[in-house]
Amino acid sequence: MSSIGTGYDLSASTFSPDGRVFQVEYAMKAVENSRSLFCVFGVTEYAVAGLLADARSLSEVSREEASNFRSNYGHDIPLKHLADRVAMYVHAYTLYSAVRPFGCSFILGSYDEDDGPQLYMVDPSGISHGYWGCAIGKAKQAAKTEIEKLQMKEMTCRELVKEVAKIIYIVHDEVKDKAFELELSWVGEGNYWILYSTSITTFLWTSF
Amino acid sequence: TLEACCSRAWTSCFNSTSIMAVEFEGGVVIGADSRTTTGAYIANRVTDKLTPIHERIFCCRSGSAADTQAIADAVTYQLGFHSIELDEAPLVQTAASLFREMCYRYREELMAGIIVAGWDPRRGGQVYTVPVGGMMTRQPVSVGGSGSSYIYGYVDSNYRAGMSKEECLKFTAEALTLAMERDGSSGGVVRLAVVSEQGVERQVILGNQLPKFSTV
Repeated sequence: MSSIGTGYDLSASTFSPDGRVFQVEYAMKAVENSRSLFCVFGVTEYAVAGLLADARSLSEVSREEASNFRSNYGHDIPLKHLADRVAMYVHAYTLYSAVRPFGCSFILGSYDEDDGPQLYMVDPSGISHGYWGCAIGKAKQAAKTEIEKLQMKEMTCRELVKEVAKIIYIVHDEVKDKAFELELSWVGEGNYWILYSTSITTFLWTSF
Repeated sequence: TLEACCSRAWTSCFNSTSIMAVEFEGGVVIGADSRTTTGAYIANRVTDKLTPIHERIFCCRSGSAADTQAIADAVTYQLGFHSIELDEAPLVQTAASLFREMCYRYREELMAGIIVAGWDPRRGGQVYTVPVGGMMTRQPVSVGGSGSSYIYGYVDSNYRAGMSKEECLKFTAEALTLAMERDGSSGGVVRLAVVSEQGVERQVILGNQLPKFSTV
């Protein structure tokens, strides 16, 4: 449902007559045309889709936020608060014509003893929501459909890791997309892991 | 020494103080004496050394009255801001960390021994002590001020884990009374407060109502 915003899409400080900020919408399109990347910090992990450079800069920002919070208040930042802070930062870049919005979406996940597992997503417009399951990127609609079939609350982390990998393989378009590498990461009680493509195949084969 | 860093004539000090805090299942009991001195003169004999920092977080102040009031005001502001930002009740640990940050950073200028105690929904009743110098540690029971030296033995021998609220109140009142008896610079009334999920209940035990101990 794309429309051309001729004249109203030159800067983020302009609304179109129908109340849209086209620069932000274009930023969201950048997310669809890209691949994911993992970054890890402490016991929070994030997955990103979009312009890698923007993603790296944003992950550095969120590291700083978490570190400052820890330094000021003496305990780890609650994920909701971190997501809010990152979202506020991203939103700031949608207000001015002197800068462009971030061309990436961010999923943050963490586990702590008080709150349990948490998942938040921040998109280029600066919105952040909590999720039980979410997907970003080109095949997000298909992935969301698959996710909705899962009974996440009753599954363990172990089971969900396999399901997530399966979903990525299912939604990958053999024709349109080039060969891909799957990077998987999960956070649970006590620690976090990252798994790279070659190990994935072995892991999946032995589990099935 | 205290004398070296404050001019006796001009500084109100609580170093003449006995303060105490005890954790129990469901909250904390905090207590303090009520004497503030400038040298030998009792500037205030009904002082309130139990200061609210947030709805369910208090601090017990000992040391320089001016320093502890200033620190408590600053932390109250920071914690209130933090709580609004998070849209949640603040953790007692956060309050204690804020006190620690300030007391450690400005340790050369300050004379403050603070006990932070309160209740939060995540970890229940907690007591953190931030003595002069600015360390911070959690303890099930903590005493402070000049009068505390006289009651370490009493506290160590009479504290039991798992006491009820009433037992903690009695324990605190008796310990503070003993401290006030022996420490010339503590005295007046015993102020007590119970901080729990239900809120804050304060009480005062006047001089003539204090528990009596034989002083043979």
